[in-house]
Amino acid sequence: MSTGTGRRREVRGRHLVLAVLLLVPAAFASLFVGAGELSPLDLLNGDSDAALLLVESRLPRLLAILLAGTAMGVAGLVMMHITRNRFVTPSTAGTTESAVLGVFVATAFLGAESVMVKMVVALGFALIGTLFFLWVLRRLTFADVVVVPLVGIMLGGVITAVTTFFAYRADLLQSLSAWTNGDFSSVLRGRYELLWLTAAVTVGCYLYANRFTVAGVGRDFAVNLGVHYDRVVNLGLLLVSATTAAVVVTVGNIPFIGLVVPNLVTLVLGDNLRRVLPVTALVGAAFVLACDVVGRVVRHPYEIPVETVAGVVGSIVFILLVLRVRRVAG
Amino acid sequence: MIEVRNVTKTYGSTKVLDDVSLTIAPGGVTSIIGANGAGKSTLLSIIGRLLPADSGRVTVDGLDVATTPGATLAKRLAVLRQENHTSIRLSVRELVAFGRFPHSRGRLNATDLAAVDEAIAYFELEEFADRQLDQLSGGQRQRAHVAAVLCQDTDYVLLDEPLNNLDMRHSVQMMRRLRRMARDFAKTVVLVVHDINFASCHSDEVIAMRDGGVVAQGPTAELMTPELLSTVFDLDIAVHDIGGNRIGVYYS
Repeated sequence: MSTGTGRRREVRGRHLVLAVLLLVPAAFASLFVGAGELSPLDLLNGDSDAALLLVESRLPRLLAILLAGTAMGVAGLVMMHITRNRFVTPSTAGTTESAVLGVFVATAFLGAESVMVKMVVALGFALIGTLFFLWVLRRLTFADVVVVPLVGIMLGGVITAVTTFFAYRADLLQSLSAWTNGDFSSVLRGRYELLWLTAAVTVGCYLYANRFTVAGVGRDFAVNLGVHYDRVVNLGLLLVSATTAAVVVTVGNIPFIGLVVPNLVTLVLGDNLRRVLPVTALVGAAFVLACDVVGRVVRHPYEIPVETVAGVVGSIVFILLVLRVRRVAG
Repeated sequence: MIEVRNVTKTYGSTKVLDDVSLTIAPGGVTSIIGANGAGKSTLLSIIGRLLPADSGRVTVDGLDVATTPGATLAKRLAVLRQENHTSIRLSVRELVAFGRFPHSRGRLNATDLAAVDEAIAYFELEEFADRQLDQLSGGQRQRAHVAAVLCQDTDYVLLDEPLNNLDMRHSVQMMRRLRRMARDFAKTVVLVVHDINFASCHSDEVIAMRDGGVVAQGPTAELMTPELLSTVFDLDIAVHDIGGNRIGVYYS
C-alpha cells in the first residue's frame, strides 16, 4: 500500500527509473550478441538476412529472457510472502522439480504434443509438489529459517531422482535435460509465446500485491483486516506454479532467480509488495539477461546455458544471504 | 452488542473454555482478568474470529462471527493478539496504513491518510514512522500494531494484552486513549489485561475468568473486592481506595 507521501513516491520512482535505465541498454546490446554476426549498421543498411535473424531469433530470445526473468523474480517474491520464509521460493520448495516431473509425465506417459497440455500438467504437478512441501513443513518440529529451504532442496532432489530414473528407462534423458537446464539458445519465433502467459500472471500478482503483503505479515493480521487468508495463499501458490510451469516448458529451469532477486530487492526496499514488485520484475529480467549474455560471450561462438550461469551466481548469492541471516540472528 | 452463547473450546484433552455465555453491552471499556490459562485470550480470539469455537456461537451486533464475510466484519470489529511476531520488513507507516485496508482496499484517500497520521502521532511513532518493524524495540512494535488496529476505526476493538512490553508512561497513555475512544466515539473496547490495577483504573466493566469459565461480570468497583480477586487469582490481595480508584496490593 502506498502511503502517498511525496517523499515515498519519489523513492519508489527513483528505483524504478534506475532499474529501467540499467535494463534498456543491456537489452538493446543483447540483440547484437551471438554466434551469427549482427550489428545495428546491418539493419540500417536494410540487410534482409540481418532483419530475418533479428525477427526470427534475437528478438524472440530477448522477449523470452525478459518475460522469464520478470515472472520468476515476481514468483519468488510472492512465494516468500505467502510462505512467510524468505528462502522458500520455486527453486527451494520442490516446485520447479515437480514441474519438470510434470512435463516428463505429460510427454512420456500421456504422449502430449502441445506445449499447452504439457504446461497444464506441469502446473498441476508443481502445485501438488509445493503443497506436499508445505505439508511436510507443518510437521517439521525444527522449522529454522535456513533448515526449511534445505528440506525443500532435498525434496527437489528426490523428485529429480524419480524423474531421472523414469527418463532413463524411457530413453528420454536428452529431452529431460531440455527442461532441467534452462537455455535460451533454442528460442525462436513461434516457440516461446507461451511465456506471454507469465506476463498475465505477473499482472495478477500486482493486483493482489496488497493481499499478499497482508498475508505475509501473518494469518491473524490478515483475518483481522478481512482478507481471506487461505484463499490468498492458495491463489499465490497457483500463480507461482503457473509461472514455474510455463518457464520450465518453454525454456527450462533457471535456478535461484526467484530466490536471489527478491531477496536482494527487499533487502534494500522492504517487503511492501505493491512497492517492490515492479522493481523486482525489472531486476529479475536484468539478472536473467546478464546471465544469458555472459553465457553467450564467455566462449564465443559457443554458448554456456543460462541455467549454468544463473546456478553459479545464484548459489553464491544464496550462501551469502544465508550467512547474513545467521549473522543477524546470532 | 457482543453476545457469547455456550462457547466451548478444547485443545487436545484440555477444556480451555467450558460453556461460556456472556453479553458485553455496546460502549465502554471492558477488561477480562484472570490467571494464566483461565481462557481469556482464547475467548477474545474466538470473539474476534481468529479461532473457531468447538461449539456455541458468538454474534457482534447480530452478525455471527463464524459465518459473516471477513471483509464485512473487518469494518466493525478489530482484534489484536498478544504475540505479533513478524519477520516481514514493513515500515511503521506501512503497517499502520494497512489498518485502513478494510475501508480503502489499498487505495488510501485523504481520510485514510489523516487517520494514519493521527494514529502515528498519538502513539509518538513519528520518529520511527519510516523505520522497518524489525529495527524497533518490543514496545515500539507493540504501539505500531495497536496504532494499526485503531486506524481501522471499528465500533468494536479487541486487544489482548495491549500493555505488553510498554513502559509505565506508554501504558497509561494507551489506557487513556482507549478510554477516551470508548467515551467520545461510543466504541466498545474489550481488553485482556494482566495488571488488575490498570483494569481497575480504566475500565467500566470487568469480566473475571477462572478455569475456562466466567466467575463474575459487573461494574469495576463491585468486582474489585479482596474476596473475588483472591478466588480468581488464588492469591491474597488487599484492596485499597487510593485517589478514587480501587487498587489491589499483592506484592509482599
